[in-house]
Amino acid sequence: MAEAIVMTALSPTMDTGTIVSWVKKEGDQVSSGDVICEVETDKATMDYESLQEGTLLKVLAEEGASVRVGDPIAVLGEPGEDISVFLQSRGAPVHKPVAKEKAETSSAQPPENEEKKPAASSPPPADRATDRVKASPLARKLAEELGIDLHHLRGSGPGGRIIKRDLEESPKPKTAPAAQAPLSDDGVEKRETASGKRKVIAQRLSESMRQAPHYYEKVHAVMDGLLSTRERLNRPRERKLSLNSFLIKFAAETLKNHPALRSSWQDGEIVTYGRIDIGLAVALEDGLITPVIRNCTSKSIVDIDAELAVLVEKAKAGRLQPEEYTGAIFTISNLGAWGIEEFTAVINPPGSSILAVGAARRTPVAEEDGSMGVRTLAALTLSADHRVIDGAKAAAFLVALKNTIEYPLDIML
Amino acid sequence: MAEKYDLLIIGSGPAGYVAGIRAAQLGMRAVIVEKGKVGGVCLNIGCIPSKALIHQAELFLSLGESEKTGVKIDRSAFDYTTVFSSSRKAADDLSKGVRFLLKKNNITLVEAEGKVVGPHDVALSTGETLQAEHLLLATGSTPREIPGFSFDGKDILSSDDALMLEKLPKSLLILGGGAIGCEFAHIMNAFGVQVTVVEMMDHLLPAEDADTAAILERSFKKRKITVKTGTTAGGYRREKGSLVVQLEDRNGKKEETEAEKILVVVGRKALGDRLGLESVGITVEKGAVPVGDYYQTAVPSIYAVGDVIAGPQLAHLASKEAEIAVEHMAGRSPEPKADPMLVPRAVYTEPQVAGFGMTEKEAKEKGLPAAVSVFPYRGAGKSVAVGKTEGQVKIIYRSDTKEILGAGLAGAQATELLHELLLAKKAELLPEDLATMIHAHPTLSETLMEAARGVEGWMIHA
Repeated sequence: MAEAIVMTALSPTMDTGTIVSWVKKEGDQVSSGDVICEVETDKATMDYESLQEGTLLKVLAEEGASVRVGDPIAVLGEPGEDISVFLQSRGAPVHKPVAKEKAETSSAQPPENEEKKPAASSPPPADRATDRVKASPLARKLAEELGIDLHHLRGSGPGGRIIKRDLEESPKPKTAPAAQAPLSDDGVEKRETASGKRKVIAQRLSESMRQAPHYYEKVHAVMDGLLSTRERLNRPRERKLSLNSFLIKFAAETLKNHPALRSSWQDGEIVTYGRIDIGLAVALEDGLITPVIRNCTSKSIVDIDAELAVLVEKAKAGRLQPEEYTGAIFTISNLGAWGIEEFTAVINPPGSSILAVGAARRTPVAEEDGSMGVRTLAALTLSADHRVIDGAKAAAFLVALKNTIEYPLDIML
Repeated sequence: MAEKYDLLIIGSGPAGYVAGIRAAQLGMRAVIVEKGKVGGVCLNIGCIPSKALIHQAELFLSLGESEKTGVKIDRSAFDYTTVFSSSRKAADDLSKGVRFLLKKNNITLVEAEGKVVGPHDVALSTGETLQAEHLLLATGSTPREIPGFSFDGKDILSSDDALMLEKLPKSLLILGGGAIGCEFAHIMNAFGVQVTVVEMMDHLLPAEDADTAAILERSFKKRKITVKTGTTAGGYRREKGSLVVQLEDRNGKKEETEAEKILVVVGRKALGDRLGLESVGITVEKGAVPVGDYYQTAVPSIYAVGDVIAGPQLAHLASKEAEIAVEHMAGRSPEPKADPMLVPRAVYTEPQVAGFGMTEKEAKEKGLPAAVSVFPYRGAGKSVAVGKTEGQVKIIYRSDTKEILGAGLAGAQATELLHELLLAKKAELLPEDLATMIHAHPTLSETLMEAARGVEGWMIHA
């Protein structure tokens, strides 16, 4: 019996997917769990695992083609089966590659395919008359409030119905806002539908700002010691250890002794995390993502650095999986390389705090004896969620972190 | 030699027999080991006989209202032994019914006592040992005593004794104002016994909100049932053929009260001891068998469900737990635990009391943005037409999303009406779904529609 394989939402915010390459060819046998093709989504390039079994009789979407979620990409059936009637009845269009449009002049675009449609013609999800999503009234209402498109969710309720739990568990990437969109250079106002990624960032960051009463504390850390140590350690190394790896490790070790900073407000309960997973904000062409290093306290700085290198590369290539960018209980955002002296960041849930690191600069300081000296200082600004973290606790953590940065050997005790 | 079964169940109550039948449906060979009456406590000495007595009590009460039709009924020929016999008949019929169901499903029934001697082995009191791939412990519970009031079956009664009374006392002191205590108060008072209920917490039915319980308390007071809340009993002495009990309230004020008999209904103790579980490394805590997801114990082949594990001791919950455990054994993926927010609570007094999920008090204590909508029974035409106006329907919901958090009902048919709200909660319907559904007029169900309309701000009949 011939059946169609359709494009499914491989990530919660996916609208369309582009076939990057077909792993299975026409005539190949497909078993449940086999990867049949690679699909590029708004987030990353992912493997499409078939839930269906059969022989791949016809490919309907060629490599390079962009397909909407729900539209067919191939036909499975018995070898030799006549599917002409099937194809006719389905009215299955054959998708050809779509030419990429560029609206902005910017360099190094991540390999994504986003159809830029004028806002007026893109139908809101509720108006897709042919495919009403099965969801409980409660889930529908919550989705509307949170700005989540139900078409992007998989339902775990009866008959595949989307229920409240499915909204709560869908991974939501979220980071501190940093990059600003470049102004279009032709003087004319431009209007376009926000991409799925941008919508998610907008919704999640707004929610974080709304729900968590943010307040900020700042210290200047004297970086000379750390920077010279790093330089010495990096001399024989082919791949240099990044400064962020040190900061992640120091933050993790400090968080061990400051449980409030690794806690989270969840609906009237305070959850304190034992395993310390730290995210690092990484700027992308059109957004932000926070790859997460799990269990930082049991990893060395070298381990963290190696892992970070892999994750950052994946992040820039748009290949991070949801489990690689969600669930950080603490986040570090470093705009030093962009020349920013200091800034404040938006907390990235489920964490209750985020550290904004500014550039390390040679700064005149007053010495003990009143003379003038020069140090390399970096501003560390901590944003904290007042529902869970009180000022004194945040202060204790931040000062302890500063101390560790300045006297790293102390953590050996 | 021992035959090997897929599932061996110890206990044939609502957990045990349901587990057996479900296992058979899923293609498993099951055997049930039962040392007492088939059907367990629920059928024989719990839910069923008590509901039969309640029905008889309500019949008797309604006979007293016959004068409204101009008919005078002489109730002096009332004979409790007949009432008692009908409750036993109901129990026996259902017990036979369960035997029939077990037979129909080819489940072997072994009438003996079983003890666990290995992860797959149960030794019977008959001398044999049975083996099974999985074991399910469903041995239930027994009435709990309080210090100073040991059951003697004569003067200090447990619920077992009360259900087997063939002659009614003139007066009865009931220690425990939960569901069971209130149901007995209702039965006994209907049959002319002078009843006093003593409850330690602030109000009767501590599991419900105070305003819900107050409706029952008012009704009891009208019927001349004495209710003492915030009160505990210290001890008793015999004096001239009756029992004098020492009571103390929360302010330390002491008083004494007299009764012919005392009924102690303060809960039930899990029967997990004496099952030999230490031999397989399972430590029983105060009679209760510790379990994790899917009701598995520390030994993967052994599961436990029903009153013998911690949690609300309710027959329908026991059945649900049994279904989950058996489906897990059969390789299916049921939910790991029954959702406690979806377990209905029912009290078969008059008026009835029913509820599920969070009470208003709990929702507030959890710090949720909770609100309530309350609709009084008297706002519904049917309740006035049939003279059952006491009661209310309360929906507890989140003020931000209108999600239903729980419900508390008091009034006629509350235990039936509850299910429309429970279904709404389970299927994640919103109050507006109930508010906009046409309910037949005149029915008591309209109270649910109106309470839902109250959430939306447009209650019509109140």
